[in-house]
Amino acid sequence: MTASTLDTMTQATTPTASPEQRTAAFYELEPHHHPEGASTMLGFWIYLMSDCLIFAMLFAAYGVLGGNFAAGPGPHDLFELPLVAVNTAMLLFSSITYGFAMLAMAKDNKGGTIGWLLVTAVFGACFLGIELYEFSNLIHEGATPMRSGFLTAFFSLVGTHGLHVTFGLIWLFTLVIQISKKGLIQSNKRRLMCLSLFWHFLDVIWIGVFTFVYLMGML
Amino acid sequence: MSEHAHPNPNATDHHDEHGASHGSMRDYVIGFLLSVILTAIPFWLIGTHAIADKGTAALVIVAFAMVQIVVHMIYFLHMNTKSEGGWTFMALIFTVIILVIALSGSLWVMYHLNTNMMPMAHQMEQVS
Repeated sequence: MTASTLDTMTQATTPTASPEQRTAAFYELEPHHHPEGASTMLGFWIYLMSDCLIFAMLFAAYGVLGGNFAAGPGPHDLFELPLVAVNTAMLLFSSITYGFAMLAMAKDNKGGTIGWLLVTAVFGACFLGIELYEFSNLIHEGATPMRSGFLTAFFSLVGTHGLHVTFGLIWLFTLVIQISKKGLIQSNKRRLMCLSLFWHFLDVIWIGVFTFVYLMGML
Repeated sequence: MSEHAHPNPNATDHHDEHGASHGSMRDYVIGFLLSVILTAIPFWLIGTHAIADKGTAALVIVAFAMVQIVVHMIYFLHMNTKSEGGWTFMALIFTVIILVIALSGSLWVMYHLNTNMMPMAHQMEQVS
């Protein structure tokens, strides 16, 4: 038997392989294994997109109800632009310091990562503090969420964002503890990247909040 | 852990299929400076009432917000059309479409509802 006939034989037998082999070509019978956490980033991104839709609904509610003052106070009576500007600056600073934490992580600099995370936490806490101060002032002035449709929508939207920042801070402190105990292991790096997406995403939502709620309200 | 103390990019090669990039110092600084500018201008415009016409002012600050969102997406969230084989970008496009439909739809419907309801309230006042 020559080599060329052997070739033709193998070619001829391939299409008439056994049924099991043919099935295996179309379906994956074995669950194939990804490295641990390989799909986490995509999954987390899809979570963020669904979170984005929650905020879209809250923005829509604010857009619809934002003019219903029920003879109560409106944006001009309630909002203080300088305070909002300081708040925005806090969130922006926390965004770049989180970026520095990620850069330190990429260099496997454990101390730097924890340090920048803590700086981020300080700015995040300042943001929350200012927001709570603003809320308490509003409630003190009688502008409670129950006062009018506008205030209900305002507290829901800004409050939901504030809650996200709160949970982001809890997550951040959890990560600081995990990194200080276990170092910059692969799973901790993955968690840091997820929190990075979350934190920067919250900053993106805040752009919408200060533009549509505060700046448009002060027009 | 710190076996691979050598600075990236090869340290996490076997995990690079999820394509998440950490960005660079340059990216973060550019993004931050752009964000500061894009935030400061609308605040200044509204704070000083630099644009008298309210409609124009609203359009201008919304335009600044849109640009700033794109800046954040690119420089902070490191969005591109290729990460995760394009799936993150697909998810983003899908979300943006839903977002536009939900927002514009709600506002449009409720605006028309309001304008259609108003004469009725007015008529009722006249009747009573």
